[in-house]
Amino acid sequence: MRPANARMFRAGLVALLLALPFAATAAEAPKPPPQPWSYQGVFGVFDRPALQRGFLVYKQVCSACHSMSRLSYRNLLQLGFDEAAAAGFAAEVQIADGPNDEGEMYDRPGRLSDRFKKPFANEKAARASNNGAYPPDLSLMAKARPVGADYSFALLTGYINAPSNVQLMEGMHYNKYFPGFQIAMAPPLAENAVEFPDGTPASIENMARDVVQFLAWAAEPKMEERKRIGVKAMLFVLVLTALLYAVKRKVWAAVH
Amino acid sequence: MSAPEFRNGLVRWIDHRMGIFSFMHHELHEYPTPKNLNYFWNFGSLAGFMLVVMIVTGIFLAMNYTPHVDHAFDSVERIMRDVNYGWMLRFLHANGASFFFIAVYIHLFRGLYYGSYKEPRELLWMLGLVILVLMMATAFMGYVLPWGQMSFWGATVITNLFSAIPWVGESIVTLLWGGFSVDNPTLNRFFSLHYLLPFAIVGVVVLHLWALHTHGSNNPVGIDTKGKQDSLPFHPYYTAKDLFGLGIFVLFYFGFTFFAPDFFGEPDNYIPANPMVTPAHIVPEWYLLPYYAILRSVPDKLGGVLLMFGAIGVLFILPWLDRSPVRSARFRPIYKQVYWLLVADCLVLGWIGANPPDGMFIVIGRAATVYYFAHFLVLLPLLSVFERPLPLPASISEPVLKGGGAAGGTVKPMEKA
Repeated sequence: MRPANARMFRAGLVALLLALPFAATAAEAPKPPPQPWSYQGVFGVFDRPALQRGFLVYKQVCSACHSMSRLSYRNLLQLGFDEAAAAGFAAEVQIADGPNDEGEMYDRPGRLSDRFKKPFANEKAARASNNGAYPPDLSLMAKARPVGADYSFALLTGYINAPSNVQLMEGMHYNKYFPGFQIAMAPPLAENAVEFPDGTPASIENMARDVVQFLAWAAEPKMEERKRIGVKAMLFVLVLTALLYAVKRKVWAAVH
Repeated sequence: MSAPEFRNGLVRWIDHRMGIFSFMHHELHEYPTPKNLNYFWNFGSLAGFMLVVMIVTGIFLAMNYTPHVDHAFDSVERIMRDVNYGWMLRFLHANGASFFFIAVYIHLFRGLYYGSYKEPRELLWMLGLVILVLMMATAFMGYVLPWGQMSFWGATVITNLFSAIPWVGESIVTLLWGGFSVDNPTLNRFFSLHYLLPFAIVGVVVLHLWALHTHGSNNPVGIDTKGKQDSLPFHPYYTAKDLFGLGIFVLFYFGFTFFAPDFFGEPDNYIPANPMVTPAHIVPEWYLLPYYAILRSVPDKLGGVLLMFGAIGVLFILPWLDRSPVRSARFRPIYKQVYWLLVADCLVLGWIGANPPDGMFIVIGRAATVYYFAHFLVLLPLLSVFERPLPLPASISEPVLKGGGAAGGTVKPMEKA
């Protein structure tokens, strides 16, 4: 091929690549700022005291409206609560069970094997109590939104007064990180809404950070196990690959 | 080629009655393979490895999965939380799909670069494309099984495509759905087919290998082997090379599986399927994005569907579109450049497919679609006539040995007695 032709083809390629950055910039809400979560990275683990505090925030604030039905009370053992404490949390709620020998349903205190009790019997009941909005289940919330943990933290701390040019709909609140900005959930966290047994100040930011870490754990309770096994698996394959490379070199030595 | 003399008496006894050991010795051990294959030739065996991984992890996942609209999502979460190592099975399987496609796409583009589709390997190429089509169907149906939002809406969008077929389209869609919307019967038949099709893939892989072993591998120079000095026995040379490549590949595969397992996934699929709520953007998995971009580039539904299938279809007739007698792009100066333009074009199509179809995305998507087909239907036939290839080496050994010193033309085959 003559050089002129080659130059034309290269110019075409460059033009094609230059066209790439014309991406739509119509992002609705600002990107949630990244937070320094302790569980990030290859060796990151959950902060157990933060998880326990986060569970308290969920129990005393969020659970009034939001279910977490993929968790069982037995899962709380993983947060570092002892069995008596976890069983105590379970026993605080009444679970419908039965039928008994008479064919009747009855209520009994919760057990470790029970799922977290839902605040509402069904979606209709939840909507009826929440101005028509349905508070979503939080079990997987940290994975069900893009950058879920950062987003949840931004949302919990993102309530501001509506700009003057915005007409809030009835019963809605303004949140700068919610898509569309108008959210049915009232600002859930208030200063000192929870009293932490370890004396951590219950600021809105602290509570938000802890409850979001709790949500991140709840979305994948096996995350630490996954990384632990992952490190071992990678090291094993790395050594194996080095050996295989040596074998390959030896086998091919006569050819090269 | 002669039957090997086996030392083990039982092996000899069996082999005399059913030549399975001779066959394996012939096809896996002494099988003559060009000596100059580079690491791009690893991706065939890597794809085969991924197929096995997918089938094995899939069988164990199926033991714990419930194909019912009320239980599918819950059963997947139970696998993640309560089944022993269930999270590992699921992440190996979900990321395995991506890495299966990565291996297959590199394998396919290697074939494009080195002209591996040309005479006498046209059937080998077409069987590979059949595998690709089966893989896409299998992957699509597998993505539906967790019954998340993207599962449901992806299934709705893709199955609806068939309604564009004149006269019978609506009936075909009803048949696919097992009803009048994507619902429990759809999930049931998709699960059944998702379990069935991988074994169909295994069958076509056997045919693919049969076709491969008829004329042997192509090679980076693209000229036929001219004798013993050009080839090596498959074992131990290429078994050793493939295993090393496998180690590298698995490092990447495990890296994603264990440290970024949701990288290839969509957050929306962690929301249980809800027929009453449509996600803002419905996107397929990354490996289907270029076809999705082509589909949406055409304003007409039937036209879009035809062009989308045509994107694969045109590859089936590629051996007759590219009439250049030279296989390897190394000796085709212009083809080498349009090849990389095609790679860029496919990446652009994938990027367009991931974005909503409006504004500049439509314009770029259409241009990229037109270029994709122009590459095969216009550029390649023209190049077959007008391109002047560089002089080919006399044999495979010639460029290998040039400056290589005294290695000599013959290599000890390292065969057992």
